[in-house]
Amino acid sequence: MKQNSPVIELTNITKSFGENTILKNLNLSISDGEFVTLLGPSGCGKTTILRLIAGFEQPDEGRILLAGSDITDQPSNKRHVNTVFQSYALFPHMTVFENVAFGLNMDKMSKSEIKAQVNDALRMVKMSDYADRKPSQLSGGQQQRVAIARAVVKKPRILLLDEPLSALDFKLRKQMQVELKQLQRRLGITFIFVTHDQEEALSMSDRVIVMEEGVIQQSGTPKQVYEQPANLFVARFVGEINVLDTVVEKHTDNGFACKIEGFSCEIHSKKRPAEGSKVSILLRPEDLRVEELAKAEKPEAGSIFGRVEETTYKGATLESIIVLPSGKKLLASEFFDEEYEEFDYKLGQDVAISWVDGWEVVLVNE
Amino acid sequence: MNERSLFKTIVISIISLWFLIFVFVPNILVFAVSFLERHENNFVTFSFTLENYQRIFTSVYFTVFAESFRLAFISMLICLLVGYPFAYRLARLKGRVKHILFMLIIIPFWTSSLIRTYAIMIVLKTNGLLNKTLLATGIISEPLELLYTGTAVTIGMVYSLLPFMILPLYASIEKLDKVYIEAAGDLGANKIQTFIKVIIPLTMPGIIAGCILVFLPSFCLFYIPDLMGGAKELLIGNLIKNQFLSARDWPFGSAVSVVLSCIMAVLLLVYYKSTKLVQKSGERGGI
Repeated sequence: MKQNSPVIELTNITKSFGENTILKNLNLSISDGEFVTLLGPSGCGKTTILRLIAGFEQPDEGRILLAGSDITDQPSNKRHVNTVFQSYALFPHMTVFENVAFGLNMDKMSKSEIKAQVNDALRMVKMSDYADRKPSQLSGGQQQRVAIARAVVKKPRILLLDEPLSALDFKLRKQMQVELKQLQRRLGITFIFVTHDQEEALSMSDRVIVMEEGVIQQSGTPKQVYEQPANLFVARFVGEINVLDTVVEKHTDNGFACKIEGFSCEIHSKKRPAEGSKVSILLRPEDLRVEELAKAEKPEAGSIFGRVEETTYKGATLESIIVLPSGKKLLASEFFDEEYEEFDYKLGQDVAISWVDGWEVVLVNE
Repeated sequence: MNERSLFKTIVISIISLWFLIFVFVPNILVFAVSFLERHENNFVTFSFTLENYQRIFTSVYFTVFAESFRLAFISMLICLLVGYPFAYRLARLKGRVKHILFMLIIIPFWTSSLIRTYAIMIVLKTNGLLNKTLLATGIISEPLELLYTGTAVTIGMVYSLLPFMILPLYASIEKLDKVYIEAAGDLGANKIQTFIKVIIPLTMPGIIAGCILVFLPSFCLFYIPDLMGGAKELLIGNLIKNQFLSARDWPFGSAVSVVLSCIMAVLLLVYYKSTKLVQKSGERGGI
């Protein structure tokens, strides 16, 4: 099956710059036609992976296989891989047409064939009307489109995109995200997309690879990465999350009992870490349920309660910071709904906090 | 009048006066004299003539112009071929080696170029350093006749003018973003194709500036052909010098000077236009 054959494989890759080890014994395999995002903070090695695949850097150790053949020692101009650069890197002395034709000229293609293919590529990115312009006469978004056309016109096995949307403004970025995704589906080319923007990663990719300090922390679908983070780094890096540290007291029928910030709770979980082991309970802000308590009302035994410290209006949602008696702060995010349009918390309001059983993530700390 | 504008006025006045006295007036004088007739005792007689200009376009002097152009062009070409790789390496280097190499380019500027010309003559002499070394190592069996030849003049020109080629080249290569080279490789260009299609066009302002800075002065360095060529070859610079100092024909010398100035003005205009063109295509918008 096409999906299962890896188009690119990195095996035991190590790469250092001077004293700095960027990648350490990294293994990565990407299937044909996948849209993979490398996500991580700056300096985590994601761009280095891209540059290794493109051939701009040589690994110190390890091999790179493209469609089964070893390309580790091949120079970049021999690899069937093309890059969309962060700065676009359009040649300023050439027109849009000449830029897109550059790669085909290098392939010694006939003039008429080049003309046809370049025009096709420009039409695909809706830049046909700008063929005679110089890059300096284009807006950032237009330059971006030309850069994409210039890369895909070569019909690469893999298209590498190095934070291509970071220079665009918010609205254009959203639009380009959708267009890139559609383009990938239409062309069927494997996309490897590098970003530090977790939202971009989640919304665009078939698979997200979260990296930190040259090590792959988790690789999975956007849903898996968001809902079942493999570790605290992934949980914290991908979206907002509340982390509650606790100790498993004893196993119960449906899970285990523990004390969270002084409150006795029962966690309903399939995971049953050994009694006495330290665990972190992870809760997304949107999974928390917040209920107002009347002034004198005593909270039910077993529930967690706190006080609203700050609220932030976010348009579609209301974010509140809730302080627990222990001093721990939780972030809750709730949608406005039609019945309750005016809802807002008074600062200092006592609230009870709960969540749907099973929506929390339990991580066992080593 | 406040202090600032007083200061401005004084500074600008001094510069303007300087230009007036030392640039404008002499040039006007040269221009005026070029239309006068020669006189044995008083240098010039005040009668208008175009004869001086007519003389320039006789075959003898036309050869001088052609020869000067040839030498200037060859010197420029050698400077470019030698200077480009050097400037390229220099721009890509980092740290101490770069500083040392930079010093090596700058240091000659601290010495009078006349003295440097004598210095290189010592090297090229028949029993000079170069010949002695080559003889000692057995590469040649009898000394090369280098000094007082056309080759020597070219060597002298290249030697004196090379820094003027390297510095502008360095400045434009330094500015060249490495990402364009990577992009060219990414799109399938090999090193030579990348150099021709991307690196040269993008460093064109430096190439043009360097060429102009070598080409124009090579007309005027009359002491290099005089000293190193043994005054065998007559170039424009020498021609002018001779008219004033030896032949005492000021009007003709002035006419040649005016023509030379006009040629330079045209070349500078071409340079100005071409950099404008390159800059326009080199501008990067967007980010």
